[in-house]
Amino acid sequence: MSTTETSASGVGPVEAAYTVDNPAPVIQAPRQRTKKTPKSTRGNFEMYGWLFMRLSGVVLVVLVIGHLLIQLVLDGGVSKVGFAFVAGRWASPWWQVWDLLMLWLAMLHGCNGLRTVINDYAERAGTRLWLKALLYTATVWTILLGTLVIFTFDPNIR
Amino acid sequence: MPAGTLYRGREGMWSWVAHRVTGVLIFFFLFVHVLDTALVRVSPEDYDKVVATYKTPIVACLEYGLVAAILFHALNGLRVIAVDFWAKGARYQKQMLWTVVVVWFVLMLGAIYPVLGHAARVVFGS
Repeated sequence: MSTTETSASGVGPVEAAYTVDNPAPVIQAPRQRTKKTPKSTRGNFEMYGWLFMRLSGVVLVVLVIGHLLIQLVLDGGVSKVGFAFVAGRWASPWWQVWDLLMLWLAMLHGCNGLRTVINDYAERAGTRLWLKALLYTATVWTILLGTLVIFTFDPNIR
Repeated sequence: MPAGTLYRGREGMWSWVAHRVTGVLIFFFLFVHVLDTALVRVSPEDYDKVVATYKTPIVACLEYGLVAAILFHALNGLRVIAVDFWAKGARYQKQMLWTVVVVWFVLMLGAIYPVLGHAARVVFGS
């Protein structure tokens, strides 16, 4: 543009040929949506999915490695785990929130990961549809079950 | 093909494969784990009975494998984040992968006694 001769008004010699009555033709931007663009677009869903995997991943590294340390390493490892141990931990809101956050983030992170795997390897549209329907059903039920268990846990169940 | 652009079959591809495989394995365990934990809403006896299987030597070895999968997925996931968000991430992806492997190996050595010690005492006697 720096080489284009411009008059004092800022209108170059080529542009000057166009007037209000003889406007320059409108050139569409390469990816601009027109009336011919299919209506069903996915928006930025995949970008938000990509971002969610990284954000939830960082949080899960802390939550899950902390969980492994508590359950499998510290204080006798897995041998101390039992109903009494669970009751002791879930008496504290800190560990309730920890486990609830870990449940939701891990399930959604894993669901989105497996969705990607299904999209990559299931070649027929029908197969993809049914595998993803199964995945979403199992994910929703497991998140709901886990959430219900954390919120309705009763240490004096018996 | 110019040097340094071959991606297929090298560290980049194999870390991607390992990330997928470990991710799917961890996700399937997660379903089982939420279900077994849900037994605390059934009865303390049922929960303790199922958790007892986690304390058997064979399942302890599976737990060691689970720890291996989780640690690799976590460390390599941090590497993926570095590749995506750090300006020099892609340039150092190989060095970062070998760092991941070394840290993973050290952590796995450290996990032998805490995770497998109980099983070893059961098998070999304390």
